[in-house]
Amino acid sequence: MTEKSADGARLTEAANDPHQPARAVPAEIAPTVTGESSSRRSVPPGLMRNLGLVIALVLLCLVGFITAGERFASTDNVLTILRLASVIGVVSIGMTFVITAGGIDLSVGAVVGLSSVWATTTGTQLLANDVHWTIMVTTALLVGTAAGLLNGLMVAYGRIVPFIATLAMMAAARGLAEIIANRQTQIIRVNGFLDFFESDILGIPAIVCVFALVAVAGWILLNRTTFGRRTFAIGGNPEAARLAGIRVKQQTMMLYGLVGLTAGIAAVMIMARTTAGSSTHGTLYELDAIAAVVIGGTLLSGGRGTIVGTVLGVLIFTTLTNVFTLNNLSISAQAIAKGLIIVAAVLLQQRVAARARGG
Amino acid sequence: MTVNDFCLTNIRIYDYGHAMSQVEEDHTAVPLLEMRRIVKVFPGVRALDGVDLRVRAGEVHCLLGQNGAGKSTLIKVLAGAHAVDEGEVLWQGEPASLGSPVAALKQGIATIYQELDLVDWLSVAENIFLGHELSTGGFSQRGSTRRRARELMVRLGHPEISPSREVGSLSAAGKQIVSVARALSRDAQLIVMDEPSAVLDGEEVENLFHIVSDLAAAGVAVVYISHRLEEIRRIGDRITVLKDGRTVATGLDARTTPTSELIKLMTGRSIEYVFPPRSVTPPGPEVEPLLSVTGLSRRNEFDAVSFEVRPGEIVGLAGLVGAGRSEIIETIFGARRSDSGSVVVKGQPLRNGSVRSAVRAGLGLCPEERKSQGLILDQAVYQNISMATIGRFAAGGFVRDAAERSAAMKVAATVDVRPADPDRVVRTLSGGNQQKIVLARWLLRECRVLLLDEPTRGVDVGARSEIYLLIRTLADSGVAVVVVSSEVEEVLGLSDRVLVVAGGRVLHDGPADAIDENQVLDLIMGGAAA
Repeated sequence: MTEKSADGARLTEAANDPHQPARAVPAEIAPTVTGESSSRRSVPPGLMRNLGLVIALVLLCLVGFITAGERFASTDNVLTILRLASVIGVVSIGMTFVITAGGIDLSVGAVVGLSSVWATTTGTQLLANDVHWTIMVTTALLVGTAAGLLNGLMVAYGRIVPFIATLAMMAAARGLAEIIANRQTQIIRVNGFLDFFESDILGIPAIVCVFALVAVAGWILLNRTTFGRRTFAIGGNPEAARLAGIRVKQQTMMLYGLVGLTAGIAAVMIMARTTAGSSTHGTLYELDAIAAVVIGGTLLSGGRGTIVGTVLGVLIFTTLTNVFTLNNLSISAQAIAKGLIIVAAVLLQQRVAARARGG
Repeated sequence: MTVNDFCLTNIRIYDYGHAMSQVEEDHTAVPLLEMRRIVKVFPGVRALDGVDLRVRAGEVHCLLGQNGAGKSTLIKVLAGAHAVDEGEVLWQGEPASLGSPVAALKQGIATIYQELDLVDWLSVAENIFLGHELSTGGFSQRGSTRRRARELMVRLGHPEISPSREVGSLSAAGKQIVSVARALSRDAQLIVMDEPSAVLDGEEVENLFHIVSDLAAAGVAVVYISHRLEEIRRIGDRITVLKDGRTVATGLDARTTPTSELIKLMTGRSIEYVFPPRSVTPPGPEVEPLLSVTGLSRRNEFDAVSFEVRPGEIVGLAGLVGAGRSEIIETIFGARRSDSGSVVVKGQPLRNGSVRSAVRAGLGLCPEERKSQGLILDQAVYQNISMATIGRFAAGGFVRDAAERSAAMKVAATVDVRPADPDRVVRTLSGGNQQKIVLARWLLRECRVLLLDEPTRGVDVGARSEIYLLIRTLADSGVAVVVVSSEVEEVLGLSDRVLVVAGGRVLHDGPADAIDENQVLDLIMGGAAA
C-alpha cells in the first residue's frame, strides 16, 4: 500500500479500529481532518486553477490598457479579440473532450480546412443557392463529423495510437482539401449565408454567439451528462471503465466524432469570417487548441478536464496576440511569448495540483 | 484507549520491550541502523509519530502493522524519499542523514518497492545498473556490465536469467530477483523489501526465502514487510510492530511470539480472522442455479471448467497463482473470450467475450488488480460507486447529481466505507475501503452474481473480517458469489463449496467443510505434477 495521502490512510486506519472506545478516536480525529480537507475542497483545485487563469487574463488586459490605452479597450477591439477567440475556441472545446478521455486529435486543423473547402465548392454553393444556405453549414458539419468518426474508428477499433491515427488524418485531410479546392480560394457567394453571419445579437457578432453556445453545451455535456461521466471514466482508467460495463470503444468513437463536429463548426465560422473556403484554413489550429486546453488545466494524461479552463486558456492566448499586435511586436516575438506562457502555465498548474493533493 | 494505556496493559509493552532489547544488544555490536523517535508530519496528520527501529547486521527484521500504520512512510524515510521532521537516524552508531534517495543508497540502504520500479523495455543488466551505469568517459561498458549482472544472477541462484533479456518479458518473480540484484549491485548493507511475496506463487516464495536467508547469512540486514504471519515466522528473526505511526513493540522474537499477541499489538484486539458462519441450510440441488458454467475452455489457460452456483451460495476457487483461476472468472465475465463452453445466468446464455452482456445479466466483477482494473483512483468515492449504474441516475442523458450521490452514499454506508465522505478521492483510502467501493458498485447495481478475485489482497487484517462478513451478508441476501483467492485458508473459511484448480483444470468440487487445507494442497501439488 502506498500512502499517497497520509491523512486518508491514517484516518481510515483509526476508523477501522473497533477497539477504540466506540468512535472516540474517529470523533477526535475525523472532524478536524475531514473538516480541514473539506474546507480545502470547498475551493476545489479546478476553481483555484481557474482563478489563476482569470487573474492572468486580468493582468494581461491591464497591460493592454496601459500600453495601448483606448485602442485596446475599445468595443471594436474587444469584439475583434472575441471573434479571433471564437474559431479556435470551438475547436478547443472539442479537444478538451478527447484529451480528458486520454486521447488527442492532431487532425482538427486539417479537418477545418477540408470542411471549409467541401462546403464552398461550386456544387455545394449552387445547391445552397437553390435550396437553402444552411446546406453549406450542414455539409461542413457532416464532413467534420465524418472525418472525426473515421479517427475514432482507427483509434477505438483499429487500435492505432491516437497520436498516429490523427496524424495520418491530418496529412490526408489537408491533401484532400487541396485536391478539391485545386489550391484556389473559394469565395462564398451565397447571400443567405453571408447575411446571417453578418448579423449580430445585441451587438455581439454571430460567430461569438456560436462560440458561447458551443462552450455552454460543451460544459453541460462534460459535467452534467452520462456522456461526460463516461469520458472522465475512460480517461481516468480505461480498463476499470471496461470492466464496469462501459462501452469504451463506442464512447471513444463518439468522442472523436465530437471533435470532428467542432472542427466542422469552426470551419463554418472561419468561412463566415473570411467569406471564403480554403485548404489553408485551420493551419496549426491543432497546436493552438492543445495549448489552450492544457493551459486551461485539462490533464494531458486524461481523467481530468475543464471547459471553463479551456475557454479562459483561449481568451488568454488571443488577448496576448492582440496586445502584442497593438504594440507592434512581431509575430516571432508573439510565438516566443506563447511558448513561455505554455511552460509557465503548466508549471503553475503542477504547483496548484500538488498543493490540492496535500503532498 | 490510547497507545500508552495499551502499552501498560500488555506484557511486551513498548518501554519494557525496548529496555529488554537494549539489554540484549549491549552484548552485541552497535546496531547497523538505529532510528529514534522518528516523526514525519504531513498536512493534517502525523504519519509517523515516534517510531523506533533497530536493525542489526545479518538479521531479517520484520515490520508488522496494519495498512496506514506508517509502514510505507517509514520505508520512504529509509529510502530517503521523505525527510524526517524529528528524531535521529544512526548508521553504525554514527548520526546519518537520509536526505535523498541517492544519499540513502550511498549509505548502503536499498529499497525494493511493492510496485517494482524496473524499466520494462531495458535489459536485465541495464536495469540492475540503472543510475550507476558502468562507463568510461561517458561510454557504457557493455561487456563488464553484462558480466557483473551475470555474477549477481548466479549469486541469487538464477543463472538462467540472461543479463540481456528484456525485463518486461520476465515473470513477477523474475523481476523481483532483478530488483534484489540491483540492490546488491549497490553494495547495500540493508535491503528493505515491501511485501515482496504478494505477487509470487508458492515455489517463487520459497526461492525468495532462500535469497533472503542467503543475504542475511552474508551479513546483509533485511527489513521485511509482509501481511502474512506464516512467512514472518519462517524467515524473520525479530519483529517490530507499528500502530498509528508509533512503535508499539520492538525486538519481538519472530518465531516464538504468539500470533494472538501480534494481532493484539497490531489491531488492539485479540481476535484472528473471523469467518462469518455459513448459512444454516445451504441451497440444495433442487434450487435452480443462478450461474452455470459448462465446459468453459481457453487454450493454454484452462480446460473444460464446469460448475454451478446457486443463490445464497459462496463458491471458492482455490489454487496457486497461475493455476488459471483469474482467467476463469474473467472469461465468465466476458473480459476474455472463451474458445468453447458456455456461461448461463438464470437460464440466459451470455454472449461470449462481452462484458456488457455479463453486466446486463447481473454479473459483477471485483478484479484482482483493484487499482489498475477496478478503480479510477483520482475520482471521488461516489463516482466510482455509480460507475456501472450511471444511466439509472440520468434523465435524457443528464445526470441527476443529487440522486446519484445519495444512492451511492447509501450503499457506501451499507458496506461501511470510512470515512463516509462521498467527495474523497479514492486514492487516499486504505486497501480495505477501496475494496468496499468496488463491492458497493455492484451492490448498487443489485448484482445477482458477484465474481471476486482476491478480495482481500492488500487489505489489512482488521478490515478482512469486515469484508468476509460483507460477502456473507450479500450471499444471504440471495446473491451467488464466486471467490478466488491464493490463501487456501480464506477460501475454505469463507465458501460453502470449494473448487480446487490446478493447471487450468478443476480437480475437486465439494463442500468446504469436507476438506482441509492439507488436502487442498495435496490436490494442487498432485495436479501440478500430473
